[in-house]
Formats: sequence, structure tokens, C-alpha cells
Amino acid sequence: MAYPEKYKYTREHEWVEAAGNIGTVGITDYAQNSLGDIVFVDAPKIGTKVEKGAVFGSVESVKAVSDLYSPVTGTVTEVNEELHSSPEKINSDAHAAWIIKVELSDPNEVGSLLSAADYEKFIAEETGK
Amino acid sequence: MATPAPVSLRKTALNAMHRRMGAKMVDFGGWDMPVEYSGLIAEHLAVRTGVGVFDVSHMGDIQLRGPGSLDAVQHITMNDASKLQEGQAHYSAMLYPQGTFVDDVIVHKLSPNDYLIVINAGTREKDFGWVKKNVQRFECHANDYSDYYTQLAIQGPKAAETLAKLTKVDLGTIKGYWFKWGNVCGLANTLIARTGYTGEDGFEIYIPSDVATSERVWNEVLEAGKEFGILPCGLGARNTLRLESAMSLYDHEISETINVFEAHLDRFLKLEKGPFIGSDALKTIQAAGGPQRKLIGLEMIDRGIARDGYPVLNLDGKKIGVVTSGSPAPFLKKNIALAYVPTELAVIDNEVTVEIRGNAVKARIIPTPFYRRPKKTA
Repeated sequence: MAYPEKYKYTREHEWVEAAGNIGTVGITDYAQNSLGDIVFVDAPKIGTKVEKGAVFGSVESVKAVSDLYSPVTGTVTEVNEELHSSPEKINSDAHAAWIIKVELSDPNEVGSLLSAADYEKFIAEETGK
Repeated sequence: MATPAPVSLRKTALNAMHRRMGAKMVDFGGWDMPVEYSGLIAEHLAVRTGVGVFDVSHMGDIQLRGPGSLDAVQHITMNDASKLQEGQAHYSAMLYPQGTFVDDVIVHKLSPNDYLIVINAGTREKDFGWVKKNVQRFECHANDYSDYYTQLAIQGPKAAETLAKLTKVDLGTIKGYWFKWGNVCGLANTLIARTGYTGEDGFEIYIPSDVATSERVWNEVLEAGKEFGILPCGLGARNTLRLESAMSLYDHEISETINVFEAHLDRFLKLEKGPFIGSDALKTIQAAGGPQRKLIGLEMIDRGIARDGYPVLNLDGKKIGVVTSGSPAPFLKKNIALAYVPTELAVIDNEVTVEIRGNAVKARIIPTPFYRRPKKTA
């Protein structure tokens, strides 16, 4: 699975795509694959403040709960309601199935996140290959 | 490329096979085991509607042999093994003197002086030590044959048709919880038991644990089940299948601090057979009016998944118990859990809440098992 160049990544396996002052956030293909069948997405309500590095929700597979860490600081402007009834969309295309959109407090913040190449290097180390 | 198992973990003979086939591996009680292959839900559904195969070689096998073996089995387990006929098995448990669980087991009567006790993986050493210590005064030998067998569980409504291709033994003559010896995949004297841990029809076969034989039989089972859509299954599906069927898991529904009445397993408790380890304590509990807490089944009403260890609250927000196993149920398509609550609150249709990461989420007490396989119409 290719990691889109236009996204930035966290070591907690979230991606963010910044366009102007809006950041779109999801989890990576690596994350969905490690979790297995995703059955539940717990996302914050519109208007919730999220903070870079802090937990903003969770995803659950059949066997486990996994916290979601925000890659950016800002306010939630949109939540992907489709994941409410079809959380498995994350399994089928993690890089398209976004979870929240955030109005960025500081659009420059994403600069410190991992590039696609760095993220791929990071997960290669994590899996010990 | 498949990565090798971490050296500190124990491996079954099929470890390299699991890794080659791309299974996701986890540390399960010190064992490097497949948690899933193609996906937990698909594997779960294959077992409910077709057939699946599990490597359960991490389970332990203790054999008690000798003229005193029946007396020994009677002393260390709670079910009445004198009722077993040759070729028959039953669910039972080994208990501590206080009536709590050393482990739950399947006892097989191989011959009048020969019993096989199949035990859990995580408790193997403890169990064998316990058995050895407690059968000393009986005229029998206890042997740990755990490493001699690769144990495969072939489970699902198509399990019999799958296995029938690999043996001439008339599987229709093996009833549930009975077993036979026969040739399977060219291996003479293979133990074929109609047992399992999925709530589905199925078989467990015990074959020699060398890698070549284990891999050959594993492949032949997969080939035989191909037309029924067989899937290799991991421990993830094994857990959700047993939970839908409300079967106990050690250190969850049963443990050294939970007694037989609490765990709702008294239908396998035969106090009338005579004294055995744990019987006195259980008689006392029974005479005192039964247990203080009981295992119940929960179905989530509101959106949320109860997980192991989550608190159970009453509608006023007071903690009344704890979830022992909780998960989405892939076949039933609802979120279910097993939990302990005080006996007086263990009433079907009562509403409680489960505290899920700070939120009280409503659930209803419902009868167990959550899933019961359809009766055969043929």
C-alpha cells in the first residue's frame, strides 16, 4: 500500500492532509491492518477542540480498542458520519476514509510531522523487517 | 518474507506454516500463535456457516494410566467420570479445595485404566504439577503428552464432510463428545474426537507433532475443505466463537477466585459421586443458599463495546460488577459480554450499564448461550 506523498503522518499511525487551514485526519493503512476488522469509530462532535498529540477518539476492531491521537491542534469542523454505520470503510481504504476535519490553529504545525517516506521507514523499523 | 517467531516464545509444529501463510501472530500465554489469517469476522463466519481449521496444539494433554486411574480422575475433577464409557468424553474441571478453578478440562476415557485430560495452554505447567501432586496416592501414572501431539480443530457445519475425505472412519457414528481411533491422512490410530470450543459441530484430531506430518495434515485439511470455503482460523475467531456460545475462558469467566456455582457450571458438578477436591467447600456454599455473585450474559442496548475488565454499574451509577469477556459478536451482529454481578441482580431483562472509557452505556441481561447452533434437520 502506497502512502500518499501529500499526507503527513504520526508515529501513532494517523495521517493528515492539510489544505489551507483545514486538516483532514484518518488512520494509516498500517494501522487498519494491525487492528483487523474495524467495527466501531468513536469520533468527537463538531466544535470539539483537539490538540496535537492528545487523544481525540478511538477505533475498535473486534478484538481491541485503539486510541486516536490528533496530528494537529484545532477545532473539529466535520465528522465522517459514514463511518458510524460503515466503519469497515477504514479497512477497505484507510487513506480515503477520513475520520474528522479540523480547522487548524496553526497550519505550520503539520511541518513537523513525518513525510510519507519517513513514515514508511518508521513502520519498517516497527515491524523489524 | 515471513519473519521468524521471537525466540522466547513457545511454538507449535505449525509455527513456520502460520508465518508463511501470512497469519498475524501474537503472544498468547507465552505461545507464538496466529490471531487471525484473512480476518477475524470472515473466519468466525466460515465456522458458523461452513468450516474452519484451528491449530490448537498449544493445548495440553495429560494421560492417567493404571488400575487407580478412574479413582484419580474422580478425585481431581468435578464431573462423574465413572459414567463415561470407553470412547466417551465430557467437560469437567479441576478444582482447588475452596471450589474454585485450577482449570477446566475435557476428560476422555481411552480404556478402563486409561484417561486423557485435555487442558488449557496457559495453565499447562500448573495443571500438570497439580495432577502429579494429587494423584500420588492412587495406583496410576500421570504423563504429560502435550508436546507429542499436534491438535487440529476442524469446526463448522461442514466439518464432518471435510474430515470424511481424509478418513474411512464413519464419522456419523461418532456422537458429540465421543471419539474414535482411526486412520486420518494415512496416519494410523489417530484420535478423532467430536469436540471443540466454537459452539459448532466439529472434530479435534490429535496427530504426531513433527513438523513434516503436521504441515502435511494441515494442508490436506485445507484442501479437503476447499469446496466448502474452509478458512484457516486464528485465536481471535476462536475467542469470539466461544463467547457467542458463552463458553468459559480461564482467567476470565473461571479462575482461582471464582467458584463453580458462580460460573454457572454446576451442571457439570457431580457432588453426589462422593468426595473430591473442592466438594466440601461447594457443599457448604450450596447449603448457605448458593453463590453471592453470578455470571450473566449482556447485550449492549446503546452504542458501545464492553471489553474485559470494564465495570458494570446499576442505573444509579453504582459499581455492581465487572465484565469478564466482551466483544462484538460477528455472527449475531450485536455487542455482547459476560459479566459477574450480585446474584440478586442477575435477573434476565434487567438493565445495567457498562462503563466504557468514562461513559455509562446501557446493556440488558439476556439468557446465555447467546448463540445456539441450529438442530440438524437431516
